[in-house]
Amino acid sequence: MTDNSVLIRLQNIHRTYKVGSDTVHALRGIHLQVRQNEYVAIMGHSGSGKSTLMNVIGCLDRADQGTYEIRGIKTTVMSGAALARIRNEQIGFVFQSYELLPRLNALKNVELPLIYSNVGFLTRRKLAREALERVGLAARMHHRPNQLSGGEKQRVAVARALVAKPSILLADEPTGNLDTQTSAGIMDLFEKLYEQGQTIILVTHEADIACHARRIVRMQDGQILSDVPARQDPAWALIHGPSAEAKETGV
Amino acid sequence: MKSLLKAPLRFFGLLVQSILLALSQIWVNKTRSVLTTLGIIIGVGSVTAVIAGMNGMNAMIMENFEFFGTKKIFLWPERPQTGSQKNANWWQIRFQPEQFEGVLDHCPSVEYLTLISYPGSMTAHHGAHSLENVRIAGVEESWFKIENRSISRGRPFSFLDAQQARRVCIIPQKLQEKLYLDRDCIGQTLQFNHYTFQIIGIVEERPRAFFEGQGDRIEVYIPFRTAQSIRESWIDAMASCRSTDLAEEARAELTFFLRKRRNVKLGEPNNFGVFIMESEVMKVRALMAGLGLVAGAVVSISLLVGGIGIMNIMLVSVSERTREIGLRKAVGARASAILLQFLVEAVMLCLIGGLIGIGIGYFLAFLISHSAGFLEKSQVPGWAVVLAFGFSAAVGIFFGMFPAAKAARLNPIEALRHE
Repeated sequence: MTDNSVLIRLQNIHRTYKVGSDTVHALRGIHLQVRQNEYVAIMGHSGSGKSTLMNVIGCLDRADQGTYEIRGIKTTVMSGAALARIRNEQIGFVFQSYELLPRLNALKNVELPLIYSNVGFLTRRKLAREALERVGLAARMHHRPNQLSGGEKQRVAVARALVAKPSILLADEPTGNLDTQTSAGIMDLFEKLYEQGQTIILVTHEADIACHARRIVRMQDGQILSDVPARQDPAWALIHGPSAEAKETGV
Repeated sequence: MKSLLKAPLRFFGLLVQSILLALSQIWVNKTRSVLTTLGIIIGVGSVTAVIAGMNGMNAMIMENFEFFGTKKIFLWPERPQTGSQKNANWWQIRFQPEQFEGVLDHCPSVEYLTLISYPGSMTAHHGAHSLENVRIAGVEESWFKIENRSISRGRPFSFLDAQQARRVCIIPQKLQEKLYLDRDCIGQTLQFNHYTFQIIGIVEERPRAFFEGQGDRIEVYIPFRTAQSIRESWIDAMASCRSTDLAEEARAELTFFLRKRRNVKLGEPNNFGVFIMESEVMKVRALMAGLGLVAGAVVSISLLVGGIGIMNIMLVSVSERTREIGLRKAVGARASAILLQFLVEAVMLCLIGGLIGIGIGYFLAFLISHSAGFLEKSQVPGWAVVLAFGFSAAVGIFFGMFPAAKAARLNPIEALRHE
C-alpha cells in the first residue's frame, strides 16, 4: 500500500496547547505527504500553525491526534529516545538564528549530530569536512561562529543539518536574519542541494523565499489552505509576474 | 555478539565525549570553576589533613604501646571490697610463689610469667665509685622475654642461678657508665649495700613510652629467689599472652587458675587484680575511632556546603546553556545523553576540586608532621586518597543529579526559544 517514494505522511494531525487558561488549537487536521526529492515551502502568517507543523514534522513535538509516518515508520507511538534517533538520522534542522555552539569551531559544530549517532572520531571528521565542502566553507572550518559572517554561519548550520545524510532538510526561516544578497546565496545553496537529490521542507512567511520551492503549502488557522505547485501559487505571480499558464487560463 | 557490544560501546563513546566537553567547559570558565569547587577543595583538603593527623597520633600512641608491650598482663594481690576476705590483712593475701607453680601448663594462652619482688633500693659500689638509690628487682628469666629486653653482653639467669638463689646480677648499660665499669665487666663484682653480687650480664635499654614517665632511676636485676632470700618482700607478677588476640582468654585462664590456687570460694570476689594491656589499647583505639568520626562529621559539613555550591553553579550552567541543550536535542541527543553530559560535568568539577584538595591535604600533612614532634608520623594513607576521590565523585553525582535531570527534561522547542 505504501508508495516507496513517500517520505513523510501526516494524516489528520491535531495539536493543541494550553497558554495560560486558553487552549490554542495550533493544528486542526493536517493531511500532508511529501515525496522523495521534493522541495516544499510551508507558508503562513505567524499564528497560522506553520511552526507547530514544522516541530511535528521534525519530531520535536508530538501530535495529539492523527498519525505521522516517516519512511513508513509510525512516530506517534515512539518513545522519547526513539524520536531522538529519528531526529538524528532522518531530520536535518536549519534554524533562523543558526544555533551554532559559540565555543566550537565550524568543523566541531558540524560534527555534533554524529556524536549522538556514535560515529567514530575519524569518520566524524571526514563526514564533517565533506559537509562543509558541500556548502562551500572548506576554507573556514576552523573558525568559530563569532569569526564568521551571518551567511557563513547559516552555511555551517546547513552543513550540520546535512552531515548525517538526513531524509529531510527542515529549514525554519533560514534567511530570516540575513540580508537580501546573503539570502540569495543560501537559497542558491538550497537549489543546488535539491538538484543533488535532497528533500527540502522550507518554513517561511516570505513569498520570494517560498517561490524557490517547487511546491507551496499555505496554512491558515491550523489548516492547510492550499497545496499547489509553486508556479500556481499567487506568490509566484507576485514575484515573477503572471505565469504563462496563468495567462493562458486567465487567472 | 556485535549487538551485545553496541550498547556499552555507545555509552563509552558518549562518556568520552561528555568528559571532553566537560573539561573544555570547565576550562572556559576557569575562575568560576575554581571558585565553585572551593568548598570541595577545602572539604577534601581538611579531610585529608585530619586523617593524616589522626594517623600520626595513632601511630605515635601505638608505637608507645609497642614500646611498653601490648601483650603484657599484670597481676597483683588485692583485698576484695566484699566477701569473707574483706578484712584480711595484706600479708594474708600476698602472692606466694607456690601459688604460681605450673601456671603455664594450665593457661595455654599465657606465653611467659614472671614473679617480681622489690627488696628495696640500695647503694651500688664499685671500687671508689658509688651510686645511690639503685632499685633492686628480683625477677625470673622470663621477665626479659616479656619486657623484650635482650642481654647485649654476658648471659641470662640460668636455672641454677634461680634455684640456688645465687648472688648474681644483670645490670643496665647506664649503671655500667655511672660506676665507670670496664667495657667487659662480666664476672666482676659489685656491692649493693653490704651484699656482694657478680655481674653476669648487661641488659639493653628500651625506648620508654610517654605514659611511663621519666624513669631516671636505675634498676638492677637479680634472680627472684635471691631477692626473696635478702628480704621476703611483696610479690607481683607479670605475664604475657601469646598474641594480643588471646589477651582476654589469658586473663580468664589466669583468673580461673589463681582463684583455685588462692582458694577463692565460689561466689566470692577475686583477691587479686589482673590487668591486660590490650584492653587499654582497645580503649585508645575506640577513642581514636570516635575522634575520627567526630572530625569526619565536622569536615563532611564542608563537603556538603561544597556540594551545594556545585549544584548552584550547575543550575546556572543549565540555564545559561538552555539553547545549547535545545539544539543538542534537536540534532538527536537523547535525554540520557544530556543527563550524562551535565552529570559528568558536575563530577569532573568535584574530582578536580578533590584533586586540588588532596594536594592541599598532602601539604598540610607535611606541615603537621614537621611542626609537632609527636605527630611526625602524620602521613596521608592511600585509602584516604581513594576515599577523598570517591567522596568527591559521590558529591558530584548527588548534587549534579538535580541540575542534570532538569537539563535532560527540557523541552527542545521551548529551549530553542529561550533567550
